[in-house]
Amino acid sequence: MIPTIRQSPLFRWTYRAYVLAFFVYLALPLAVVCVFAFNDSLFPSLPWQGFTWDWFIGTERPRLGVFNERPIIRSIWTSAFVAVWVAILSVAVGTTNAFLFVRHNFRFKNGLYVLMLLPLVIPGIILGISILVASNTLANNLEDATGMWFDSLRPGLPLVILGQFSFIATFATLVISARLEKFDRSLEEAALNLGATPLGAVWAITIPFLFPAIAGATVVAILMSFENFNTTLMLVGSDAPLTITMFDRLKEGSTPVLNAVSLLLMVASAALGLVSLLLQGRKT
Amino acid sequence: MNASGKRLTLILLMAPLLIWLVALIVIPHMEILYVSLREKVGVREYEFGFANYMVFFNEPLYWNTFMRTAVMSILATALTLLIGFPVSYYIAKLTRGRSKTILFLLCLIPFWVSELVRTYGWMILLRESGLVSGFLQYIGLASEPIEFLYNDAAIMVGLVYTSMLFMVVPLVTTLDSLDDSMIEAAYDLGGGGVSVWREIVIPHAMPGIVSGCIIVFMLSLGNYLTPILLGGKDSLWFTGLIYSQFITRFNWELGAAFGMLLLVLSSTIVWAGLKLSGQTLTRTVGR
Repeated sequence: MIPTIRQSPLFRWTYRAYVLAFFVYLALPLAVVCVFAFNDSLFPSLPWQGFTWDWFIGTERPRLGVFNERPIIRSIWTSAFVAVWVAILSVAVGTTNAFLFVRHNFRFKNGLYVLMLLPLVIPGIILGISILVASNTLANNLEDATGMWFDSLRPGLPLVILGQFSFIATFATLVISARLEKFDRSLEEAALNLGATPLGAVWAITIPFLFPAIAGATVVAILMSFENFNTTLMLVGSDAPLTITMFDRLKEGSTPVLNAVSLLLMVASAALGLVSLLLQGRKT
Repeated sequence: MNASGKRLTLILLMAPLLIWLVALIVIPHMEILYVSLREKVGVREYEFGFANYMVFFNEPLYWNTFMRTAVMSILATALTLLIGFPVSYYIAKLTRGRSKTILFLLCLIPFWVSELVRTYGWMILLRESGLVSGFLQYIGLASEPIEFLYNDAAIMVGLVYTSMLFMVVPLVTTLDSLDDSMIEAAYDLGGGGVSVWREIVIPHAMPGIVSGCIIVFMLSLGNYLTPILLGGKDSLWFTGLIYSQFITRFNWELGAAFGMLLLVLSSTIVWAGLKLSGQTLTRTVGR
């Protein structure tokens, strides 16, 4: 079943048809979401009533477009705020982790490495509740001890950021470590011979080399943070990120506004993905 | 660099890792274990005990939901593997160069949008006023609208769809590293289709199969959106029980016990999958 081994035409065509059907299956739900963002009807369903931009720019209820819908715009900003913080934290910790695991040997290295991988195999909802319970205990103890309030330890954006960071940091570590392993140490030694300080050499030589991986990890972190639902659901307070707002809307009943938001999300993540591909292609 | 400088570097690099893992992973998990093992006897008064776990074992609803979630997740994993394997093989072995890259990227694209959007797409397709029902009426196979949503099959469709990427990527990567000449040699030595698959292709793809299955199973088990949205209000999924104990009923003790049970189930299956196939966590998910 490789090109050099002959198969009957019937088999070949059946196989191709199967692969084609698979890609249709992958594309169909997304295509449907996009198309119904332009349907001139109050419900995202058949029949097709004609083309409209109302669900993006409409100004009056019930045809309020995304751009004029305050709660959705606000939750997009909330998501962006969370995503930026998660990306900064994850990439920073991912970079130090990469240096630690690639360059140093120490006791319990393998154990720590496995522990570092564990967030990948812990269901997101468990990460959420465990951080919720722990921060709540901490807040209660601190409040009992000091008599002050610790609102940032109650469900809200700081906890959402920590919850998402707790597993996205693993991805950042893996991406950045993979690139650091390919680094030629002699370049750093040359810089040291030329009089650079150890930290200066890392800053001037190694970090620029890692740049494609750091940019890639940033994009992945932002995308994962925007998409995250399970962990966020358990830790969210009064400011809801976009996925939570959309979920609440969806439970009440769907309108084409949701299709319009989804379409915008797809365009934005495709653009981000493209940027990361370009950044990674530039220096490899 | 001198020895004390090296030691300082090590400590400084170790600090963020340890703070992250201890504060956000280790302590919180010990905390839910602790909460799950206490019984409420009054306002902010607790006693140590296994009462929360007994509630789980004595209440058939909880127990059945747990089993149902596990069985359906295993089924979803098997289906994802069955559907994804031929496609991965096609991409890895039967395409070359540019078309290979394009097909591989096409597999990834749906997953750049959130799970919520993907699930929403399936809702539009499958509901009573949806496209599938409309299409069946149009071609005359159905005389009136049919509801495809809010049953277990719809949940399964959503779970398989959501997990596909995590199966296809590791499979393509491992199959790609299988040298064509191995398959040719097997044929030259008289192997037929089935024996080549059993002796060459499957064993070679095993690391990919295991890591794909582990991730897909874990994601299905921990999924909350798909069962709630595609399965409707009465569809029971264990994460839904955890959510309602924590957020709706505010019974954190029972919710924490449920969480521990889900974590134990998920870890056991991951561990068993690794042991059965002779893989390690570092080699499968750590790439």
